[in-house]
Amino acid sequence: MLLLDLSVPGRRGYALPKLDVEAIPVADLIPESFLRESDLELPELTEPEVVRYFTQLSRKNHGVDVGFYPLGSCTMKYNPRVNEDIAALPGFSRIHPRQPESTVQGALQLMYELDCFLAEAAGLAKTSLQPAAGAHGELTGLLIIKAYHKFKGEAEQRREIIIPDSAHGTNPASAQMAGFIAREIPSDPRGGVDVEALKAAVGPQTAGLMLTNPNTLGLFDENIEKIAEIIHDAGGLLYYDGANANAILGIVRPGDSGFDIVHFNLHKTFSTPHGGGGPGSGPIVVSKELVDFLPDPIVEHTDGKYHLARPKHSIGPVKAFYGNFAVMVKAYAYIRHLGAAGLKAVSENAVLNANYVMNQLKNDYHLPYDRLCMHEFVLSGKWQKEQGVSTLDIAKRLLDYGVHAPTIYFPLIVEEAIMVEPTETESKATLDAFVAAMKSIAEEAKTDPDKLKAAPTKTPVKRLDETKAARNPVLKYKRP
Amino acid sequence: MPYIPNTPEEQRQMLESLGLSNLADLFVDIPENLKLKRHLDLPEPLAEHQLLRHMSQLAEKNLHLDRCVSFLGAGAYDHIVPAVISHLISRGEFLTAYTPYQAEISQGVLQSIFEFQTLIANLTKMEAANASMYDGATALAEAALMACSVTNRRKVAAAANLDPQWLKILQVYLENQDIELITIGYSLDTGLIDIDSVEPNLGPDLACVLVSQPSFFGSLDDIHRIGGWIKSHKGLLVMAVDPISLGILKAPGEYGADIVVGDAGCLGNPISFGGPSVGFFAVADMKLVRKMPGRIVGQTTDRDGNIGYVLTLQAREQHIRREKATSNICTNQALNALAATIYLALLGPQGIREVAYQCLQKTAYLRRKLEAAGFRLRFKAPVFKEFVLQADWDWDEINERLLEHGYIGGFPLKRVDPNLADCVLIAVTEARTKAEMDQFVDLLRGWR
Repeated sequence: MLLLDLSVPGRRGYALPKLDVEAIPVADLIPESFLRESDLELPELTEPEVVRYFTQLSRKNHGVDVGFYPLGSCTMKYNPRVNEDIAALPGFSRIHPRQPESTVQGALQLMYELDCFLAEAAGLAKTSLQPAAGAHGELTGLLIIKAYHKFKGEAEQRREIIIPDSAHGTNPASAQMAGFIAREIPSDPRGGVDVEALKAAVGPQTAGLMLTNPNTLGLFDENIEKIAEIIHDAGGLLYYDGANANAILGIVRPGDSGFDIVHFNLHKTFSTPHGGGGPGSGPIVVSKELVDFLPDPIVEHTDGKYHLARPKHSIGPVKAFYGNFAVMVKAYAYIRHLGAAGLKAVSENAVLNANYVMNQLKNDYHLPYDRLCMHEFVLSGKWQKEQGVSTLDIAKRLLDYGVHAPTIYFPLIVEEAIMVEPTETESKATLDAFVAAMKSIAEEAKTDPDKLKAAPTKTPVKRLDETKAARNPVLKYKRP
Repeated sequence: MPYIPNTPEEQRQMLESLGLSNLADLFVDIPENLKLKRHLDLPEPLAEHQLLRHMSQLAEKNLHLDRCVSFLGAGAYDHIVPAVISHLISRGEFLTAYTPYQAEISQGVLQSIFEFQTLIANLTKMEAANASMYDGATALAEAALMACSVTNRRKVAAAANLDPQWLKILQVYLENQDIELITIGYSLDTGLIDIDSVEPNLGPDLACVLVSQPSFFGSLDDIHRIGGWIKSHKGLLVMAVDPISLGILKAPGEYGADIVVGDAGCLGNPISFGGPSVGFFAVADMKLVRKMPGRIVGQTTDRDGNIGYVLTLQAREQHIRREKATSNICTNQALNALAATIYLALLGPQGIREVAYQCLQKTAYLRRKLEAAGFRLRFKAPVFKEFVLQADWDWDEINERLLEHGYIGGFPLKRVDPNLADCVLIAVTEARTKAEMDQFVDLLRGWR
């Protein structure tokens, strides 16, 4: 049943205050040719019906609050509730972005301080909080790379962004959106950037490199200094995809290892809730040399006052107003609550949890890169594939154990990939239960493969037909 | 540590299972010289109780809309938000989930997105809508890119009376893909755009025309004429609309729009200093759907034939198509889209018409009052919930004075057009009252 199925003509779920001004016939205000003629097909329901409908819907959904959610590269950690209360304070939630600066000093101070915190964590100079999500941060960072080369008169020649084959799909897509050509390079046998291939790929056409470190295999690239040197010597810049920054807080800073631009996902590393797919926030931090190119506006602090300013060679705005402010409030509160030692403990425990789980599963699933991992690791379902069971089957079977499946079929360089990120907010008992589930699934793959192919069976719906959905798309409600 | 369950004893056990003796051993892959040898330089941690106090103090430094009367709009609006919405979107199952990659345990989010797509499509009278965009501005920029891809053309015309900030963002998105942006100027008499001002030979090169209804100035353009013109050149009509206005104003589908975008932050989301908001994106036919950016949810069935929902048409997206994707968008604004969906479900057709009607009537009331007080309305064209007021004043200074009386004035237009240096953009929503407007006019009249 959908909202429009439940609709009963005449019902209303919200009443506005009565109109307190004299009403003029609409036709006297707006010529008829501008007025809506078509019907307005929206549901008619009362508040209790709406509450029950959405509450019932929510019960068909897994979240971090419900159970383990080891979705690789997504950092599904616990989302502290106090931060929700804070973001909802009217002093944060009920301010207009165009109010005079004198009336929003608290908001600007928060943004300025968050800017400083993130710059400190990145080991770089200045932050733009404007990007709305990680991919948006990537686009923004790439536009800065472009503006930098343009400023140096080299934009015409520097058209290529080098991207390892292990990269997130957003990297090449962002490069394309920024008007660059994405050039893919292979990984080496240890899972890092193939340095020889990188050397062969760079040249006067190189604008920069996008790198996730630890990469999507959960491995820290030991050659990062060498990589940075190769890119910088070629005249390019290094972009750090911060999707995996939960591994490095207070341990290593991208700026110290040669990166020029970093994005953080506040909704991953800094605990703000993912909301079913947003809102996120993808601030970027840049080196001193790039501050003048940041999006418009940034927050500055002079003479005891906070104000908005346009950087000298700004690439322009990339989003309306200042970014996803409410998300910034939550990340700021998280950082203030944990402090430096707390953030370091986050990364230490995230990495410990990942290694603990990986180590226990490596005899049951193929582990293509058998070395210490950072905050996540990638298994391969290829042994099970030989038994006729796919990674998709394994993922679906996990749902029956009350666990959200890991990220699957990514990174692309691992056959039948299963990418697990436990995060630091899970207990040893939860990890042990996950290990036990994964082991029994590996066993089931041998003894009862059909059970996996039939999975899931304990979920609100059974396995859904994705092919049918794509072949004959039904994208909105149609009255029966 | 309240958010980290591992005890020192458990850490020891876990390390031992790895053959390690301390946490630092986990980081052997990081070159020693790169490791941070100190703590990050951050303020001392605050316990929750202290944190709440600190954050309240910071919040108190802001003048919020419950403590003043605001006539500011210009892209963000003080609309009424029903109380129940925040309760529903705070449910952990919605709040702490991510993009619904595992459909069988994500039916709540998937079905709610399907509802969002349905209600946006119905509101705009379009064939289909996506799961959401970051905001209206980036949705508009993506629409322009999509129009170029659909038509294989590299020039885009945009109405100069679009939100100037949206135009700047559009410029950033387009120039980096070497797409030319042409702006269609507005008349200083009417505030409306004049398509006759476009060079006639440009028409056949245009991928689309981008117009907003209402315009940044609140006024209504002749979309039929603009649409007919661009279609005669086989370009697309891209409209940006205020979703609230569609309770009264003609739906984009009725104008024959090909792509419709807008900002749905005004539907049940707190204003939050401008973000997070939520953009929507809708198209006129199924052919265009396949070029649409962003997530799309489709209906299907499970093994037992039960109806369910999945992310679909993913072959357009970055995680499959990488550099050939229609967009790089991944995380969008799902929770804000959920708030908008609940808002539309609560208000229903009567409620949305009523909100639009009250915006229209209250705006008209304030205009009448101001005119009666001797003020000049800059443009005569019909308006919806915003309008341009002219007076021989420095509006920043007037706004300072208004603040002293608890009023936030309009948006001074000198910031966007020197020709309108003596003008201010005033917004009136259903949240304003007659008494507030009367006092506002009295204050202004007193300073003449």
